[in-house]
Amino acid sequence: MELTSQIGGSVVDGIAYLGGLASLGGRAAYFTFVAPFRGRPLRLRQAISQAMQVGVRALPILSLITFFIGLILALQSAYELRKLGAITFVANAVAISMTRELGPLITAIVVIGRSGSAFAAEIGTMKVSEEIDALETMAIHPVDFLVTPKFLAMIVMLPCLTIWANSMGILGGALFGVAQADFTWMRYIQASLDALFLRDIVTGLVKSVMFGITITAVGCYEGLSTGAGAEQVGRSTTRAVVVSIFLVILVDLVFTSLFFFMTEH
Amino acid sequence: MAHADEQTETMISLRNLRVSYGDREILHGINFDVTRGETLVILGGSGSGKSTLLRTLVGLEKPSSGEIWLRGKNLASISSTEMDEIRKRIGMSFQGGALFGSMTVGENVALPLREHTKLEDSTIGIILRLKLDQVGLAGFENYMPSQLSGGMKKRAAVARALAMDPEILFFDEPSAGLDPIIAAGVDQLILELKKAFHMTIIVVTHELASAFLIADRMVLIDKGNVVAIGTVEEMRSSTHPRVRQFLDRIAEPEVAQELDYLQMLTEITRPGR
Repeated sequence: MELTSQIGGSVVDGIAYLGGLASLGGRAAYFTFVAPFRGRPLRLRQAISQAMQVGVRALPILSLITFFIGLILALQSAYELRKLGAITFVANAVAISMTRELGPLITAIVVIGRSGSAFAAEIGTMKVSEEIDALETMAIHPVDFLVTPKFLAMIVMLPCLTIWANSMGILGGALFGVAQADFTWMRYIQASLDALFLRDIVTGLVKSVMFGITITAVGCYEGLSTGAGAEQVGRSTTRAVVVSIFLVILVDLVFTSLFFFMTEH
Repeated sequence: MAHADEQTETMISLRNLRVSYGDREILHGINFDVTRGETLVILGGSGSGKSTLLRTLVGLEKPSSGEIWLRGKNLASISSTEMDEIRKRIGMSFQGGALFGSMTVGENVALPLREHTKLEDSTIGIILRLKLDQVGLAGFENYMPSQLSGGMKKRAAVARALAMDPEILFFDEPSAGLDPIIAAGVDQLILELKKAFHMTIIVVTHELASAFLIADRMVLIDKGNVVAIGTVEEMRSSTHPRVRQFLDRIAEPEVAQELDYLQMLTEITRPGR
């Protein structure tokens, strides 16, 4: 009895949480897509500075990580492929798993660590120091002022970062291909391009947009629901990272199965 | 209470205002009026509900019942668009200043103007320098809030609250966390604003010296109820035990504290929450 009520409680809490995220996302979508046509200019300047922070500054670390992931993928698939004497298929394996799955996912995880946590910490600190209240008393909507530029930046930057991550991953695979599988750089890249269909890249990018929305919604929601006190900011930041990773993987599962069943026939 | 004669126009009026957080009621039916141009000080101890009252007046908390009349609108039942219009006509100075840490002092003061007016940048520049000058911070527009002292932060926050030329100015604990000299400076600033603009000013504080200096009238809030309301002289000569206790700084009797303590202990161990 105790157990069922606990399970019920968690389910209700979970649904309420998703409801909170959806309502925040809805309001941000209103300020991004509807309000500009009602005389409220879009906050492009803030969005661009956020995009710098979220996107451009993430490039060095993202490049390094995805290059290594590409290399790891090549090593792992070659381990199996060379038993079949099909080591030249390494290029296909790396290209497809990067663009369809690991490019978007690794990008999302790097962005959660860098930006999702930063969103929660920034907004949480503002909440604790009454800056959010100050915005409201100045008739400035916190979602409009703080959340919308972040959404805009993430929706644009995550697909861009994902494309970059895909290329760096393929480059990482190429290093193995050239060193161990008698490829030249040009031939490896040609083989990767031949292996890819447009839909592999597009499904990855669709997922990355969804990841961007999820990460921003969770980071900002956690920030806005920060309680009183500095330790609450830490709690929000941790929760933002943990919940974002969980939800990104959940969204990934949903979309991957959607794409799988859509292309079945 | 509502005998408004011709000269004293009522600015804010509270009618049986109740506010709750969850199941817990913080304010149990508050009634009073604020007239145009007066400085009203809301006094009360920690946990008396005075901060909640202020937050409700600026629309940060929703009343659970009762009415708040401000500019002919009842804040308890207005739309958010109407609330925004009212908020453009009021200014609020928060306890810690609540300046935006990522913006300079000048950008902080200019923010409401940039958001709500279509003024040229040069005009906004003039207004913000004027406002900073009024609070004694001329020349500080390019400083970051983190570079300012506590008293300067508070002054900058007042400049931001003044940016839109508000009709009503709210202060949350203006002298909290300041040394006596700086706190006296903030009191002086409030007096100057009152003299220069004939603004309606509402101050929440527990600093008695400051309260008696700046107030035209005072309200004492205790455990979510109005205990007394009156002019400075009326409060000083009041014989109400709770008012006397507050003004003469007499500690709670030991017995009452122990009973409260006991009640607190039993409440926590009660099953269910």
